[in-house]
Amino acid sequence: MSNEAPQNLVNVQIDGVWHQFPKGTRVIEACSQAGKYVPRYCYHPRLSAPGNCRMCMVQLGMPKMGPDRKPELGPDGKPVHNWIPRTNISCAQDVSEGLAVRTDSDIVKETREGILEFLLINHPLDCPICDQAGECRLQEFSFDYGQAKSRFIEQKVKKPKRVEIGPRVTLDAERCILCTRCIRFMREVAKDDVIGIVNRGSYNEIAVYPDRKLDSNYSLNTVDLCPVGALTSSDFRFKMRTWFLKETKSICTSCATGCNTIIGARENVVYRQTPRENNDVNQSWMCDHGRLDFHYLQSADRLLEPVVKGAPEADWKAALASAARALKALKPEEIALIASGRLTNEELFLAARLLKKLGNPIHDIISHTGKADDLLVAADRNPNTAGAKLLGLSATEPGSALPVIASGIRGGRIKALIVLGEDATDAGLIEADLNKLQTLIVTSLLPNRTTGFASHILPAAGFTEKRGSMINKTGRLQRLNRAVAAPGIARDDWEILVGLIEALTESVSGFTTIEEVFKAMSAEVPALAGLSLSKIGDLGVQLSL
Amino acid sequence: MNAILQFLHPLIDPASIPFLLWTTLAKSIGLLCIVLVMVSYTVYAERRVSSLIQDRLGPNRTGFPLSLFGNLFGIKWRDWSPILGGLGQPIADAVKLLLKEEFTPAFVKKFYFWIAPGLGIGAAIVSLAVIPFGSKIWGVDMVIANIDIGPLFVFAISSLGVYGIVLAGWSSNSKYPFLGAVRSTSQLISYELSLGLSVVPLFMIVGKLNLVDLVSYQVQNGWMILPGITAAKPHLPGTLGSYLIIVPILISFIVFTIAMFAETNRLPFDLPEGETELVGGYHTEYSSLKFALFFLGEYTAMITGSSFIVTLFLGAWHFPGIPEGGAPSLAGLLLGFVNIGVFFVKVIAFLLFFIAIRWTLPRFRYDQLMKLGWIYFFEIALVNIFLTALILAFVP
Amino acid sequence: MAYKVSRPNLTFAEKIYLPSVLAGLRITLGHLWRMLRGKTHVVMQYPEEKWDSHLPEYYRGAPTLVRDEHGRTRCVSCQLCEFICPPRAIRIKPGEIPAGDKFGKVEKYPAEFDIDMLRCIYCGLCQEVCPEQAIFLQKQYALTGTARTQLMHNKEKLLEMGGIKTGLVNKWNEKK
Repeated sequence: MSNEAPQNLVNVQIDGVWHQFPKGTRVIEACSQAGKYVPRYCYHPRLSAPGNCRMCMVQLGMPKMGPDRKPELGPDGKPVHNWIPRTNISCAQDVSEGLAVRTDSDIVKETREGILEFLLINHPLDCPICDQAGECRLQEFSFDYGQAKSRFIEQKVKKPKRVEIGPRVTLDAERCILCTRCIRFMREVAKDDVIGIVNRGSYNEIAVYPDRKLDSNYSLNTVDLCPVGALTSSDFRFKMRTWFLKETKSICTSCATGCNTIIGARENVVYRQTPRENNDVNQSWMCDHGRLDFHYLQSADRLLEPVVKGAPEADWKAALASAARALKALKPEEIALIASGRLTNEELFLAARLLKKLGNPIHDIISHTGKADDLLVAADRNPNTAGAKLLGLSATEPGSALPVIASGIRGGRIKALIVLGEDATDAGLIEADLNKLQTLIVTSLLPNRTTGFASHILPAAGFTEKRGSMINKTGRLQRLNRAVAAPGIARDDWEILVGLIEALTESVSGFTTIEEVFKAMSAEVPALAGLSLSKIGDLGVQLSL
Repeated sequence: MNAILQFLHPLIDPASIPFLLWTTLAKSIGLLCIVLVMVSYTVYAERRVSSLIQDRLGPNRTGFPLSLFGNLFGIKWRDWSPILGGLGQPIADAVKLLLKEEFTPAFVKKFYFWIAPGLGIGAAIVSLAVIPFGSKIWGVDMVIANIDIGPLFVFAISSLGVYGIVLAGWSSNSKYPFLGAVRSTSQLISYELSLGLSVVPLFMIVGKLNLVDLVSYQVQNGWMILPGITAAKPHLPGTLGSYLIIVPILISFIVFTIAMFAETNRLPFDLPEGETELVGGYHTEYSSLKFALFFLGEYTAMITGSSFIVTLFLGAWHFPGIPEGGAPSLAGLLLGFVNIGVFFVKVIAFLLFFIAIRWTLPRFRYDQLMKLGWIYFFEIALVNIFLTALILAFVP
Repeated sequence: MAYKVSRPNLTFAEKIYLPSVLAGLRITLGHLWRMLRGKTHVVMQYPEEKWDSHLPEYYRGAPTLVRDEHGRTRCVSCQLCEFICPPRAIRIKPGEIPAGDKFGKVEKYPAEFDIDMLRCIYCGLCQEVCPEQAIFLQKQYALTGTARTQLMHNKEKLLEMGGIKTGLVNKWNEKK
């Protein structure tokens, strides 16, 4: 076998095993790929590598060169190494031909133990009150390389604690190990250079620049990046210990980007949302707005059971039957439907079915827009506008049919309006218009101006409470997953729509699970052909729309 | 009624019939009261003695007034317990059993299920009728029915008790009661034999089948098993026969006592109940008052048995130094009551012996039980009769 | 397959069994007699005589929360006990101590701390796992109530049962 590596690949020996890596791969990454995880604090693959935490020390060996400047080969035909008698950081070193790495030799272990002891010198015994506990690198590596007893008998350096360096971030400088990940993130990714290190020596600490605040819309990413508990989320602070959180892979529904997330929930309460790495969507980041946009789901005002105007109490069957009766009495021209770009594909597909059963009345979605930034936030604040277009719920230009609907209601031509997960007053309707309607069927999470006039209120499930798929602005099909159960007897929107269709047609639709809905949808929609909910996977599928 | 009186005319003076009726009624009620109270306190004694034997204390809380009432009146039971601790337990037990739900399982044969407990206790109580439990009060014999077939009556009636058990076990329609009943039947029938045969020598000596006569014989000639103790001044009979006769009497006493254990289903012969084997035995399906009746019946049978033994072997109401009462005077009246007291003291002592045995001996195996009854006791009792006859006939 | 069981050879006295009966009676009545004379003292008269003074130091009674000598609830609601509790009897809702408070430097405290004593199995893992020496299984063992809710010990009840414990590590005093 030749020792020549293919184009752009180099041979590297890691812990005695030869691997091949592309040129330019960092040693720390190469070790990870070879299954040898190297502990690190300051290194992050998406940030520059200053090499200041010293935790990723490994021992490197260079090929021994003969007098002919050719590598000497051992009996196995591989190069023999000259080992560097001290350790090097692996995060700032690229692989080179014939390089050898030892990640777990005695000298490496001793070095790491020494470095960890230094890092812990001024670290307070805060673990019982520290929100990072449970996902703290310092705790984890202390398990591997820490000492059971402190040899430090001097006074620990006291630094400021509980400093609100931004509206959403709290700093505990004592816990900080000065890895500067947060500084580099704000500089390199968020492009909002507000954090730095002040003071000297062991008095080094993180601080925001004078008269500045860490108020970027990406500030909470510094909390994720912080390997210890120095930066903590003010929102999540002291709410729940991380080890209780059941993690559900899902996506953010605050804008058309569809950042991949992990929902942390315990016993039917969502406590936090954190970004999930997806190189094609959000890398490792997420905006603060999207991250915190789940509290409304735990509002005490949530609609818990269906309400039919005039009926004392309604169960689902009665409410859906009553809604169907009201719709059946009308001609298609007298009905309008406002869907939402916040619904999942499955729900939109069923909404399209409903439209067909009603004789194709006029319909549209409401477009929500905002200011885009150049990192993640999209101008389109509907997470599934693409899906609504694909499934035919939206007019060609989302929202263009709304004035027609509004004037139809105002003129009395349209007597019934179905609103799916939206507030109709956002569609240019005023309250007097809503009052004119004979029938106003609303699915909603929370009471709003529309539900006040509704003849039928059908409580629905929020994005943490349901499964389904959405298509983001780049045409990527991604999955929502259920982290908690919907409150009361509120149902998933798709179940409501199936119920309504069944009540209208007085037949069985055959949809009992969301998988069946997706299957029917992929059979009808060419862009989704051959897909199923499970085939979407955690990272989504790029569609060619 | 007149016909009956006519028939009885030669036997009883018609003028004395009302007197006979009310004295009998009074004796019956009085005896029943004493026996029922004794039953409940025998249960208490059983629990207390067993716990003392086992180094425990037993029920020592429920005093008079019962704990609940004590609290109602603001008196703490603590103030009473050193004096009367635990003595209220039988009352509490009775109240508990009375207040329990009267439950009849759906699968039982209702009629027999309901009459079985009554049969059990009825037999035990009725056989008390012929036991002379005292001498005389104001000239009235302290025996409810002074009949000439006393022991036969006792055997006849008390063996009816087996019907209660058999019916209970059969009508319960369930395996454990059934097994318990089967065991019980064969056990009772087997030991009836030796029980009956073992007392024959006594009546051979006395020559009469009347229990009152047997008692007066003992008063005159000394207790059956302790011939030296007589009403007259203690004397020792000089003849050889009067010494030799003690041997068959002792054999008779031992066989009778052991057979009585078996008849009353007491340990070591409690196979019909055998908690460890048969859950509860024949009364597994019973609860509440019906169960209480079985319980009562069992302990009444114990008292009947003890009374019988006391009457037959231990001189009944007689105790040296205490003269016979019955004279129509205050002293005679008091002595009459003292005689009754002596009888029941003897009975209680024997009950305590019953209890002590229960907490001492383990249960026999069934084959051992049968072997003991048929191969040993039956033969011993039989031979004993011949032995007595030989002594009576040939030794002066 | 039949086994031949060897039977003991009994003497005549053993065969007639009566001597054994008497021997047994001697033992049982001996016990009875010693009890009656008050020579045996095995059982304890519960409500009047109690274990309390005899309980060993390591006795595990009901779990309680303790305060330190400054009156601070030692618990900082790290929820490790809630995590370790095998029957899941413990429920904690954490809260934040305001910055200006006397104990502000501790930052965290239990806003609610409930132990369901109907679930508790007195295993003592909560005490063992507590990094703050805040929860102790003390010597209360007679827990009764007339309703289930009475055995849901809330924070106030637990602190009242726990009292003040001194001589423990007071690491928070060193904080800035």
